Amino acid sequence: MLSGRKGESAGVVCPCNGGFDNQVPGAARPSGGAWHLSRRGYVALQPHDKTPLVEMRGITVTFPGVVANDDISIEVHPGEILALLGENGAGKTTLMNVLYGLYKPDKGEIYVRGKLAEIENPNDAIRLGIGMVHQHFMLIPPFTVAENIVLGTEPVRTAGVLDMAKAVRDVKELSARYGLAVDPTARIESISVGMQQRVEILKALYRGAEMLILDEPTAVLTPQEVEELAAIMRNLVGQGKSIIFITHKLKEVMAVSDRVITLRRGRVVGTVPTRETTPEDLARMMVGRDVVLSVEKRSREAEDVVLRVEDIHVRSARGLPAVRGVSFDVRAGEIVGIAGIEGNGQTELVEALTGLRKVVSGRISMEGRDVTNRQPRTLIEQGIAHIPEDRQHRGLILNFSIAENVILERYYKPPFARGLNLDSREVRAYARKLIAEFDVRTPDENVRVGSLSGGNQQKVIVARELSLEPRLLIASQPTRGLDVGAIEFVHRRLIAQRDRGKAILLVSLELDEIMSLADRILVLYEGRIVGDMKADEATEEEIGFLMAGGHRKPGGSGGERGERDECVGPEQESTAGAQHPAPA
Amino acid sequence: MSVSGPSKRARLAPSIRLQREQVTELLIPVLAVVFALVLGAVLVVLAGKSPVDAYTALARGAFGSLGNFAETLINITPLVFTGLSVAFSFRCGLFNIGAEGQLIMGQIASAWAGFAITGLPPIIHMPLALLVGISAGALWGAVPGYLKARLGVHEVINTIMMNYIALYLSHYLVIGPLKAPGPIPMTPAIAPAARLWRFLPPTRLHLGVVLAVLAVWLVYYLLFKTTLGYEIRAVGQNANAARYGGINVPRNIVLAMAISGGLAGAAGAVQVLGLQHKFLDIFSFIGYGFDGIAVALLGRNHPLGVLVAACLFGTLARGAILMQSIARIPKEIIGIVQATIVLVVAADEIIRRFMRPRRRAARATSEAEGGVGHGE
Repeated sequence: MLSGRKGESAGVVCPCNGGFDNQVPGAARPSGGAWHLSRRGYVALQPHDKTPLVEMRGITVTFPGVVANDDISIEVHPGEILALLGENGAGKTTLMNVLYGLYKPDKGEIYVRGKLAEIENPNDAIRLGIGMVHQHFMLIPPFTVAENIVLGTEPVRTAGVLDMAKAVRDVKELSARYGLAVDPTARIESISVGMQQRVEILKALYRGAEMLILDEPTAVLTPQEVEELAAIMRNLVGQGKSIIFITHKLKEVMAVSDRVITLRRGRVVGTVPTRETTPEDLARMMVGRDVVLSVEKRSREAEDVVLRVEDIHVRSARGLPAVRGVSFDVRAGEIVGIAGIEGNGQTELVEALTGLRKVVSGRISMEGRDVTNRQPRTLIEQGIAHIPEDRQHRGLILNFSIAENVILERYYKPPFARGLNLDSREVRAYARKLIAEFDVRTPDENVRVGSLSGGNQQKVIVARELSLEPRLLIASQPTRGLDVGAIEFVHRRLIAQRDRGKAILLVSLELDEIMSLADRILVLYEGRIVGDMKADEATEEEIGFLMAGGHRKPGGSGGERGERDECVGPEQESTAGAQHPAPA
Repeated sequence: MSVSGPSKRARLAPSIRLQREQVTELLIPVLAVVFALVLGAVLVVLAGKSPVDAYTALARGAFGSLGNFAETLINITPLVFTGLSVAFSFRCGLFNIGAEGQLIMGQIASAWAGFAITGLPPIIHMPLALLVGISAGALWGAVPGYLKARLGVHEVINTIMMNYIALYLSHYLVIGPLKAPGPIPMTPAIAPAARLWRFLPPTRLHLGVVLAVLAVWLVYYLLFKTTLGYEIRAVGQNANAARYGGINVPRNIVLAMAISGGLAGAAGAVQVLGLQHKFLDIFSFIGYGFDGIAVALLGRNHPLGVLVAACLFGTLARGAILMQSIARIPKEIIGIVQATIVLVVAADEIIRRFMRPRRRAARATSEAEGGVGHGE
């Protein structure tokens, strides 16, 4: 058992006795999802110490044409988890970059332990005990964990010789103290994302951080890793550290924070203790209007089979079997959701269905026609649209304008193409139409897509794909990294497609998303479908259990994974935990 | 502006930022040139001469008489073609270092078509010889393109190697099968019908100048106004997205390299058909192909930019020769000026930082928040 989960190990329970939610008595359980551990049942060490650890007063930051932070004041107390909530572009990261010395504000002061602090650069911040873990990790892949952690402040022996043994010892000691399980001698490139994040946290702690800034820490994690992180955060504040944690996910705010500061358009719109608020209130503050958090969906009879997948096998980029004999149908007017933890063959399955990856064996048919191993263009012309999981690397050409991006799949057809000529007037008119219809926030259609916010980029993709009038839509992580308002938008569009009798295959790592949108749910585990159920008969516990490789029926088929205990919950089998032994 | 709320300002921001980017984009090459010329002046002073004399001599050398001006244009012409060649490949995300070899192939092929075929009227023979030269260059470019597209072999390596193959193949041909009778290693002179029209006698100014301008327009049109150009740019900007959108990536890589090679081949063909009227053995690379890299870089891979950059480089190179003979200032100083221009343009981040000290922070926000910035 990882030492980091000391407090929760008692919470690992058998699904037969009611799921694996937290056992803290009397704690209100937040509504569903990956944060199975509920909010802390105990109060932070000193929730309202007289002098705040860090106080920011009247911070104003302007960029050309934009006020990123407008007179923002916040304070953080020792032993507190403060959630900084806001949509993309609300100014959360800017504010934290100011605190970390990456940016100098136009106005405003920062006080640390009651004293005015001049933070010119990250070194100043570190000296004052402020550490930051960026959304994109700043690690050197071929270096070991210990090497990365001590980098810049390496322990040396006489004559400047690096004392690697001490570095490893230090890291082990630190990792044990704060319950951050890492293997000091493993190379960064060979460890899981969750462990990389722990390395980043350790890096900050090694430099003496009393307060940690975590920028969107859960964006890259699997549900299991998210839980581990939650435990780590609690452990850290339990030992007197403070945490500011930037997010736009309400559930996470509800599950771990003590206090929430909500930002909108560069201003503070509310500061509330977490226990006195609800996700609905927070969403309203964040977006500035009422947000429908649950998706409204009429029940609907599925019609003819549109997509039929028969026993397909697909290899990963590294040549290993990734999809191992998957079969299913998607019918017109239904949303089939594929649940699973990242890396269980979702990417390869979607790529195979869209012609981007070779199918080794098996058959894919679209409306009865064999389309196995067809070129992407052929499949698009057969009526398959695809919202890819990675909008920046696959979904969009960032240096192209919006207009150029929306014709990516149909530039060669009239009215856009006339012979070899591209009719830019038609292209722009079409782009303007989509911008209006899908409410893309942009000055005009000639704007570079890369300069749009993530939500607007996704709207461009959704607009482009839906305007193909597909009979099958394959949506892979369609709301990854989006804020509440944009998620609501995408969800409504998907439901509308389904209601118009289109077939939809939804692949998502967000179990909530699958649960609320799908009519039928398939669970993918290690390249196989291990569960197939109607959405209204499925429970989150059951799916979560299957996602982690558990067996559905006690005492059932059992064969190949028989070595695993029937009652093992997913918490014990996280990728990180499985790869590396925890330090003693 | 001041009355509008923050939301409106936020919405307006991208267009403002975009214009700013464009201005910067234009300013960088201009600043590079100014800086390099100032540096050149300093060097002239250090060499104990007057910079005014130096640059006057340079200007006179380049533009001083009709003859000089014509020679300057002649000097510019191949640079336009090779600059376009490199820029075109860049647009598809490929680095064609092989313009030099493609140019050699264009030279020798058009020379062959010029002397081996006889009896055709100029209206047919001249374009035909040109076309043969272009095709040879295209073929020379397509080979590394194919190797890249099908086998993933890096085009930089292959185009460099193809340069040497072209050089030594031309040696072989010009001392062997294509050699003219006599002691000098060269091909026979091309038929008068294959020559490019010299329209401003007594100068050597030939039709190639017009063809170069035409090529600028053609490349511009191809890149920005056709579906073919759209595909090539899409592949260059994001091959993953292009493939996802149904674009045949390997085909476009081969095609882009072929067109790039064809443009370099055209440079060679124009030199042979317009000036030399035969292929003379070359002992090492002439350099137009390599200069094309600098021209494309300075011209920001835009056809019009390439035209301007080629004019600059061609003028400097031509003027330097007269600067040396009139003002007795070593022409190598102009070499330093050219190198400085390339260096500054390549290291444009330095200038950007001077122009926008707040960039770091602005970028940090837009990256992290994916907001209205310009991060990627």
